[in-house]
Amino acid sequence: MRTTSPLQIPSEEVKISVRNLNFYYDETKALDDMNIDIPNHQVTAFIGPSGCGKSTFLRCLNRMNETIRGTRIEGTILLDGTDIYAPEVDVVDVRRRVGMVFQKSNPFPKSIFENVAYGLRINGLKDKRKIAEIVEQSLVDAAIWEEVKDRLFESAMGLSGGQQQRLCIARALAIKPEVILMDEPASALDPIATQKIEDLIQKLKKNYTIVIVTHNMQQAARVSDITAFFYLGKLIEVNETGIIFTRPRLQQTEDYITGRFG
Amino acid sequence: MKKTVLTEKLGFLSLGLAGLLVLSVLIWIIGDIFMNGASVLSWEFLTQSPREGMTQGGILPAIIGTFLVSLITIIFAVPLGMFSAIYLNEYARQGKLVRFIRLSIRNLSGVPSIVYGLFGVALFVRFFHLGASVLSAGMTLGLLTLPWTITASEEALKTVPKSFRDGALALGATKWQAIRTNVLPYAIPGMLTGAILGLARAAGETAPILFTGAAFFLPFIPKSLFDQFMALPYHLYILATQHQDIARVRPIAYGTGLVLIALILCLNGVAVFIRYQYRKKARMSS
Repeated sequence: MRTTSPLQIPSEEVKISVRNLNFYYDETKALDDMNIDIPNHQVTAFIGPSGCGKSTFLRCLNRMNETIRGTRIEGTILLDGTDIYAPEVDVVDVRRRVGMVFQKSNPFPKSIFENVAYGLRINGLKDKRKIAEIVEQSLVDAAIWEEVKDRLFESAMGLSGGQQQRLCIARALAIKPEVILMDEPASALDPIATQKIEDLIQKLKKNYTIVIVTHNMQQAARVSDITAFFYLGKLIEVNETGIIFTRPRLQQTEDYITGRFG
Repeated sequence: MKKTVLTEKLGFLSLGLAGLLVLSVLIWIIGDIFMNGASVLSWEFLTQSPREGMTQGGILPAIIGTFLVSLITIIFAVPLGMFSAIYLNEYARQGKLVRFIRLSIRNLSGVPSIVYGLFGVALFVRFFHLGASVLSAGMTLGLLTLPWTITASEEALKTVPKSFRDGALALGATKWQAIRTNVLPYAIPGMLTGAILGLARAAGETAPILFTGAAFFLPFIPKSLFDQFMALPYHLYILATQHQDIARVRPIAYGTGLVLIALILCLNGVAVFIRYQYRKKARMSS
């Protein structure tokens, strides 16, 4: 079954283009013939029940699955027209351009400042003034500056869950990626912290292309422009979020978003 | 009902007795050595060479010898153990080769120490022409501690959460950058603890240094790593079994034993201290 996607995105607005993607954990096929165009400067949400492959697919987009042994990928993922899996492409370069925020906030056990500076330092930036400048700007952009500006040199482990997650976003922003992948970034957060993350996503899409995996359908409806519905390792339907949530083409999609299964 | 209570009590009692027995053996050993050895302990004993056929004087060359050999052991075994562990845990593809390496490590820890001694003679003393020396003996002991260092290092690496690695990789770190900046700093205390415990084990060994560098009697301190040396465990062995007047040197033998035990307890203490600091830090960061 091909993906139902009436969506036509003009090619100059496509940031990531996935064609005929298959993905395997050992011999198990986890993703089956994925095809999707992800538009520039918009928020694309992946929804679907647990185990449907949405997180696996997200991790294909910055080659993070390569850290898991026994995985294999087929097909192409074009970032601005270049295949990120081509042999001459440096995986480090891909991950600098395509940042990632994990489901469980994972600040390093360093100071708040050092967390954000980490990506700059490993990328070889030494100028202290420049680092301080970018750290501040990233924290401002991640809407957490006001809360941490007086304790930049305290451990990031002392922050609340929501603050930690925004810190992780700031950390990702610091290296100026073009795309930010978010894997259920608010799943462990309370409603107020979730609200802050969602507001932040809206702000960030001006400058970044955002792909977000979420369990929460209201969240997808609130934050995204495009929604893709995954089921059992297949991409079932992709369309503008407004249409997916009101007039999906497929019964399966409708059943899921109306809560009849999943 | 009554019977089960009685069984419970009996079981508890026998378990407690077993524990007490182990403890009392340890206390007895240490107590015996202390009672018999404390009398010869003095500043002179720790700072002078043996005199008059080892019936007088102190054990300074043996203390220095054991210290120097331990130093070589650490310098040799810690990097080798750490790097092997990093390879096994972070880089190696799980397969036949890795399984074989792990099997070898397990087997190494079961090899009798005298066999290490003979191997040390063959490899370091003869093949590499290092002679019977501090260097040969230190490296032989290094081999002996490798299973400890590797296993402890691997355990330490495993305690660093995957999210530290993933977080760094997702920010464009290379694999080595991620390991160096975001894994090793949190694993090194655990690695050191394992290495020190291995060293404490090695410092008390006699067989591996017997043919590789330990000397029966040297009234001087080794001047280079290629000199022979005296070592505490070997000195103790000589005094207790090979001396022409064993009864007369018995207090000195006990004193040597006491110094050796104190040294090893100190090493263990350092390991405990590092682990304690590490745990405290880990608690704060979780």
